Amino acid sequence: MERYPATKGGGRGATATAPGRARPAPQEAESAADLPPLLLLHRPRALRRARSMALPRLLRAAAPRLYSTVPAPAPAPAPAGNRPRADDDKLLTEPLSHPDFFSVKELFTLKDLFDARVHLGHKKGCRHRFMEPYIFGCRLDQDIIDLDQTMQHLQLALNFTAHVAYRGGIILFVSRRRQFCHLVESTARACGEYAHTRYWQGGLLTNAHIQFGPGVRLPDLLIFLNTLNNVFEPHVAIRDAAKMNIPTVGVVDTNCNPCLITYPIPGNDDSPAAVELYCKLFRMTIIRAKDKRRQSEAVEELQRKAQGK
Amino acid sequence: SWEGRVDHNKLCPEVKAFPSPTVRLICTTTAVQKRNVGASGPEKYTEAFIKKQIEEFNLGKRHLANMMGEDPETFTQEDIDRAIAYLFPSGLFDKRARPLMKHPTEVFPEQRKIQWGEDGRPFHFLFYTGKQSYYSLMHKNICDILNRNLAGSRWLTKIELEEMLLEKVSDNDYSRFIQLLQKLATLPCADIEEKYIQKFSKEVPAQLQKVVIEPLQHDERGVAFSTGEGKRKTARATAVVYDNGTGRITVNGIDILHYFPVLQDREQLLFPFQFLGRIGKHDMVCTVSGGGRSAQAGAIRLASAKALRSFVTEKEVEFMRQAGLLTVDPRVKERKKPGQEGPRRKFTWKKR
Repeated sequence: MERYPATKGGGRGATATAPGRARPAPQEAESAADLPPLLLLHRPRALRRARSMALPRLLRAAAPRLYSTVPAPAPAPAPAGNRPRADDDKLLTEPLSHPDFFSVKELFTLKDLFDARVHLGHKKGCRHRFMEPYIFGCRLDQDIIDLDQTMQHLQLALNFTAHVAYRGGIILFVSRRRQFCHLVESTARACGEYAHTRYWQGGLLTNAHIQFGPGVRLPDLLIFLNTLNNVFEPHVAIRDAAKMNIPTVGVVDTNCNPCLITYPIPGNDDSPAAVELYCKLFRMTIIRAKDKRRQSEAVEELQRKAQGK
Repeated sequence: SWEGRVDHNKLCPEVKAFPSPTVRLICTTTAVQKRNVGASGPEKYTEAFIKKQIEEFNLGKRHLANMMGEDPETFTQEDIDRAIAYLFPSGLFDKRARPLMKHPTEVFPEQRKIQWGEDGRPFHFLFYTGKQSYYSLMHKNICDILNRNLAGSRWLTKIELEEMLLEKVSDNDYSRFIQLLQKLATLPCADIEEKYIQKFSKEVPAQLQKVVIEPLQHDERGVAFSTGEGKRKTARATAVVYDNGTGRITVNGIDILHYFPVLQDREQLLFPFQFLGRIGKHDMVCTVSGGGRSAQAGAIRLASAKALRSFVTEKEVEFMRQAGLLTVDPRVKERKKPGQEGPRRKFTWKKR
């Protein structure tokens, strides 16, 4: 908590309190104030609606724990080498002042997207009504996705992912296609993040404190390589993430519903070439962001040591 | 730990040699509390709790030893059991209902420790699935399957076995031996004998199925030529295509106009040349046997297309492949089935 106050506020809104956790009220205000401008600008309708659910949770959190038998987990001791608050702020606010701090635009070109067959959608009959703005046209009954829009959305999504990874957020890759299950898990492992390509148990996000344990930390970002599950219905995790105020990045095909996804990426999710391209891009962004964080911290350490001397 | 814990002072008020431990309530039932405990699953014990229980157990052991007048250092579990049975005689039938004092690790079931670090990040990358150990096993299995050496292994042949044993082996003996080896390999603990089994198996290296296009050959006149083989239904054909030709095609020594009177068959023969735009540039000599008129034409077409690959660039070979010129036509005559008049035709249905 002392180390990453802005992380908790950065990944979600100030409503990230677990019910039943005794945290003094002033801490809530701190994390609310730390909400970075990035999220305030891009907060979609889903999050704004979910905020109204947050108020009773805040009140509950402020009340003392009355009935639990498990002792309250002791607050994590401040790790050695705790940096002063001023440096923390500088490290976290500096990337937000640049539009493309992690130079995400260099990672891909329109030709790469075209070669990976990202523009190919499903047939006209499978089209979802809300995907019509993203479709360029229809040829021989097959929908073609507008790659200019895909480029913009992909840049936004990768930029957001990079920022979340920079702040040490937990990223969860979700996909329910058996064909790409192994690829997605390997990508997550390579980045040092987490994956869930198996059957989604109902209360994973909404009932986490009972299923996993009292002090669990929920993911700060969900990345969907495939928004539909095996029966061609929207994945339950999209709705749950919107309920829990967790932002989502998702690749939406022409038969998917882009409504509740924070950063949709209109594109093909069926071809192996396209999915490999997405995995490669996400992996490179996350590794880049983490490396940059480590570099900045190292630079700061050196500066502080120099000043201290 | 002490299940039926009671206050020392109440137990033996006259003995006040040692300070009494903190007064504890005898465990209340969960029905007293208002929370729905069933929803949270089995009770979870934190590491600190277990540690404390162990400390209390050791302390209690020493107290017990003191009470019994024995040496606290050499007080074993059997002594504890005897002491408890002496101090708390119980007439209960079920042994598990009697008061017991055991080491906390035996009393509290082993549970998983906290799965995440100080900053809250879980250790395992599949933590959020709920069943991390099981799914990581599945993931590893797929990795193993993908990384496995594609080369298979085969058992020794009869001749190799004869060489190994320096004895004659009959067919029956050999087949029984192979069956026995397979049975041994499928037994549960076959890994122990794997070295022994490997003595009788050989690695078969995986052969790459890349098609090799043969280079041009030259005959005694210096003209470049290339051969190709083709088949269609029961017809088998070989074609030799010569360079610097005028477009003469000979089949079994006979000119095509005489061998294939029908236009359709001649069109089939010329199609590969027409596709590549080399109609008047090559001579061809073919031999064909088997099949009928159309089948022979198709067989020669495939043979000539295969022969032409050597004259042409790789891109054009790919175009030919996409046009279907290099694929063997798999269609053969379908067999007649019993109860039907032909392969598909059923007998005439009569209402009465």
